[in-house]
Amino acid sequence: MVKSPAMAETKDEQQNSPMISLRNVHVSYGEREILHGVSFDVMRGETMVILGGSGSGKSTLLRTLVGLERPSAGEIWIRGKDLATTPPDELDEIRKKIGMSFQGGALFGSMTVGENVALPLREHTQLEDSTIEIMLRLKLEQVGLAGFEYYMPSQLSGGMKKRAAVARALAMDPEILFFDEPSAGLDPIIAAGIDQLILELKKAFHMTIIVVTHELASAFLIADRMVLIDKGNVIAIGPTAEMRASTQPRVRQFLDRVAEPEVAREMDYLQMLTEDRRPDDRST
Amino acid sequence: MQVLSQIGGSVTDGLAYLGALTSLGGRAAYYTFIGPFRGRPLRLQRAVSQAMDVGVRALPILSLITFFIGLILALQSAYELKKFGAMNLVATAVAISMTRELGPLITAIVVIGRSGSAFAAEIGTMKVTEEIDALETMAISPIHFLVTPKFLAMIIMLPCLTIWANMMGILGGSLFGVAQADFTLLRYIQASIESLFVRDIATGLIKSVMFGITITAVGCFEGLSTGAGAEQVGHSTTRAVVMSIFLVVVVDLVFTLLFFFVGGNNG
Repeated sequence: MVKSPAMAETKDEQQNSPMISLRNVHVSYGEREILHGVSFDVMRGETMVILGGSGSGKSTLLRTLVGLERPSAGEIWIRGKDLATTPPDELDEIRKKIGMSFQGGALFGSMTVGENVALPLREHTQLEDSTIEIMLRLKLEQVGLAGFEYYMPSQLSGGMKKRAAVARALAMDPEILFFDEPSAGLDPIIAAGIDQLILELKKAFHMTIIVVTHELASAFLIADRMVLIDKGNVIAIGPTAEMRASTQPRVRQFLDRVAEPEVAREMDYLQMLTEDRRPDDRST
Repeated sequence: MQVLSQIGGSVTDGLAYLGALTSLGGRAAYYTFIGPFRGRPLRLQRAVSQAMDVGVRALPILSLITFFIGLILALQSAYELKKFGAMNLVATAVAISMTRELGPLITAIVVIGRSGSAFAAEIGTMKVTEEIDALETMAISPIHFLVTPKFLAMIIMLPCLTIWANMMGILGGSLFGVAQADFTLLRYIQASIESLFVRDIATGLIKSVMFGITITAVGCFEGLSTGAGAEQVGHSTTRAVVMSIFLVVVVDLVFTLLFFFVGGNNG
């Protein structure tokens, strides 16, 4: 029997219980099924990297984990609640304990960086303005943006926007932090800085961190364990070293960055488009 | 057979669209009128800045348009009234058609062009840049956060704008009245006021509130259902304007029928 976090009773058991449990999760957009039965656990305090190519379904998986998509079948256990069946108000309670950093930052353009970071605190807590002010400075300092609270998001560079988004995700002191393609669109030095930030957060707060990426270098640097998604299925899962040593052909192809065999004929290409590949526009 | 199924399909789509609009409007109304008593305070500051945008900044263009419309109405009605030697009725004709129909309608159309489209573009852009998703993952309802201030601003500002539009229309008519129909400005305005019943103004204002709800619901709904990509924002904005104009006319018709029959055929 699958043990959900709700069932873990003693403190010791809680330490070893999974923070997130996926059981045979299916997700569809209309008639098109994107995820075909994904199952894995993310343990408390670990950094799990979800790897996969464009259109593999990894972004859909992330959206499902934060409750933006509902699974058509299966269970997702977070904090003792099954996301698939939780009513909206309880889902919101779970969401207050998770933080999400979006690919483009998703900062609100009409608010300053400080107002962006303070927003969840203003909406969900009864804290005094002066307390919120102190907290938002603290969060900005944690991500290396001290003194930027009065800037507008449009005045920030790509890397700074991501940092500000992380600060906003940290605002409510989440137990789980999600990252969607943290290094997308950044130059290697800035991207390495973001990786460093993720490592620091992990060290400082022992947070459970889930990162979706296709950047291999970054994935191997930050991950404790990895899960490789291909065409909506989990094809490999395990600690970083185990993944690196994998002999599975599809895993090797991804890790060694081998191109798909080129299509020789028009028919092959059409077949690849219609059957083999399941395009997922969100993941690019 | 195929034609029938196509018609059936369009009807179903249309009803689904109306259902979605009603649901959105209903939730916005909930957060406006009931939410504040259940621990979800209104975002008054946002509502005020929206009201500035929707209302105050629309005044110059709305004044100009309705002034001209009033003048046009006076000219057109004079064309017919002259035949009966009833030029003194020009003021009545302009006043009644402005307050009962054209004031609310022209105001709605100006507001659709300025604000309905802006709502769709703003929310659509936020959808494309994942800001709406970000709100949801922060457990903040996009309806409460984004739609409710607009809803509140609209249902307050549209009747105000309509009253202003009525006045400007009457003023426009008076230009003709004074220049061509032997009125003095004071006499013209007196004649206009005398010809109006409270119910003429009230029905116009009730309609304008309904227009405000329609414009907000369509603009925000189109914004929220924007697909991926920048060009989709353009599509949403266009659809918001076209659907708003259409639905405002439909709402206008429904309420005019209602007032006509329920009001005992005289108004």
